[in-house]
Amino acid sequence: MQDKTHSSYKQLEQKSKYTNMFLRWFLYFVLVIFALYFIFPLYVMVVTSLKTMEEIRQGTLLTWPSGLNFDSWLVAWGGRGYGAGDTFLKPYFWNSIKMVVPAVFFSTFIGAMAGYVLTKWRFKGDKWVFLFLLFGCFIPYQAILLPMARTLGVLGISNSVIGLVLVHTVYGIPFTTLFFRNFYVSIPSELVKAARIDGAGFFKIFFKILLPVSTPIIVVTIIWQFTQIWNDFLFGSTFSFGEAAPIQVALNNMVLSSTSVKEYNVDMASAIIAGIPTLIVYVLAGKYFIRGLTSGAVKG
Amino acid sequence: MKTLKIEELSKNFGSTEVLRKINLEIDEGNFLVLLGPSGCGKSTLLNIIAGLETINQGNVHIDDYNVSKVEPKDRNIAMVFQSYALYPSMNVRENMIFGLKQAKVSKEKIEEQLEKVSKFLQVDALLERKPSQLSGGQRQRVAIGRALVREPRIFLFDEPLSNLDAKLRVEMRREIKKLHQQLKTTVVYVTHDQTEAMSLGTNIAIMNHGVIQQNDTPENIYNKPSNTFVADFIGSPSMNLIKGNLKESSNKVSFVTHGSNIEIPINGYDFKEKSNLDNKEVFFGIRPEHIFFKKSNEEDFEINLRADLSEYIGHEQIMTFNFENQEVLAKFPSTVKIDLSKNTKLFFDLTQISLFDAKTEERI
Repeated sequence: MQDKTHSSYKQLEQKSKYTNMFLRWFLYFVLVIFALYFIFPLYVMVVTSLKTMEEIRQGTLLTWPSGLNFDSWLVAWGGRGYGAGDTFLKPYFWNSIKMVVPAVFFSTFIGAMAGYVLTKWRFKGDKWVFLFLLFGCFIPYQAILLPMARTLGVLGISNSVIGLVLVHTVYGIPFTTLFFRNFYVSIPSELVKAARIDGAGFFKIFFKILLPVSTPIIVVTIIWQFTQIWNDFLFGSTFSFGEAAPIQVALNNMVLSSTSVKEYNVDMASAIIAGIPTLIVYVLAGKYFIRGLTSGAVKG
Repeated sequence: MKTLKIEELSKNFGSTEVLRKINLEIDEGNFLVLLGPSGCGKSTLLNIIAGLETINQGNVHIDDYNVSKVEPKDRNIAMVFQSYALYPSMNVRENMIFGLKQAKVSKEKIEEQLEKVSKFLQVDALLERKPSQLSGGQRQRVAIGRALVREPRIFLFDEPLSNLDAKLRVEMRREIKKLHQQLKTTVVYVTHDQTEAMSLGTNIAIMNHGVIQQNDTPENIYNKPSNTFVADFIGSPSMNLIKGNLKESSNKVSFVTHGSNIEIPINGYDFKEKSNLDNKEVFFGIRPEHIFFKKSNEEDFEINLRADLSEYIGHEQIMTFNFENQEVLAKFPSTVKIDLSKNTKLFFDLTQISLFDAKTEERI
């Protein structure tokens, strides 16, 4: 191999500098393209919701609205004020809240308890219990519709918010248990032993020692469950109708049942309203979400 | 009255036998170390004493009460764990008084205990801190403090120093020793570190495969190992075990290896049973530190061996010699110069040897 002189090293250094710079700009370029691609639908939705029907007919999808016109948002939320056939989101939004809050709470709590038992109070056959719970994660929604409808009927809570709470809690338990089990596995069992010697019982150990350190995984579970339950359409449309329907079902009815003209601005505003709560949850708890997903890999 | 008495204790995990017919007694104020390689059952035994594991057979007595089916909190014991096991969400104060609060001790008594112990362990300045804000040594001290405030009859330590770095480990070892000297509470201490065991214990129980191999004072464990496992486990490097036969003629016993003319006289050895010694197949055990490069006393046996390998470790060197095709290790000061591949004159201190039956591997 030939000797490299001082100047030839200089040249190589220059060359790699240019290559790195080019790659960097190329990276930014690709990232910007993707960002635009993903933000585009949201842009269209927001812009359309702020236009009047007249503007929509005359302009294109991308045209900027003439002004901030929130009329269609008000219509989507509160209706036009005439009797029959006027569907608007407000009552269904509260239905969804009434469904999602207890369902998220119960499924998270039960999942935490189950994860605690499966990792810290091992019993004969616990591996099988966990395996069957895991199996629950892979059962498709459609497969449980009929048995669930029958169960709700027997319990006398079909077509009610309580029924939906039950459905979502039960369907969520496999996922929440999996999350909590994997988190508690990384917490040393010696903590539980120490607490037992100190005289703490089953519930005291859970509430005083494990739950206070579970914040990251609780946040992950809440985000996951909230998104799943809030965005669910299949269970909502199958097990409820009319006044008991959650917001996603109402949104569907609203968009499809318009008898006269398609009001794109109202449709868009409704869709945004239906999506806002999940957005809020992500913005508030997003950084915990990432932290929680990676926790356990590096113990903090 | 024995503070702790274990009778015929057996434990299985499924079909695996972890502990087999363990018998153990500790007098008031003693420091018992359970020592053994990993997987020998020592931690399981400690968990059983604590009540954290169930028993398949046998009994555990504390102060003459059979506590085999008593809950951990009612056994009058306290335990210090390897990972410290401090409750992460509580500060030092809450950690230390958690047990007393569970036991519904009066507020005044709790404060009194807390103050006494935290001053004693010098953690009184750390009371408001969370465990994550403490150094390894401080965490260990708090963990010990949490055990101390309960004023238990027995302290259980589960490898409490394994998570510390080498320097801190030596310091904390001394502190635990001091602590025991001052408090004189009975201790059961699990470790796999022989130096820890030797320096701390008033008694050491060496375990292997769920059986106690020898339960004795550190001196006896070192000088009179009861079988080849103990001889091999204690000491670094471990005891040389040279295979050969005993020869007895006109009341004189000597050791010979196969097909060699080296004959080592065995005088003044404390045989357990002095019969049928002739032709017995044995291991001749001598520690590397009992082989010298110059005569140390009149009884020394002089021998010429070829040096094969030298390992320099600072203050000393470990030399490997060839004894009739068996390796013999010796420990010398590093200042001594010994040529490799040449015969060197060595002296075996015959007052320090051990003999083991080659078949049963038991001391004879």
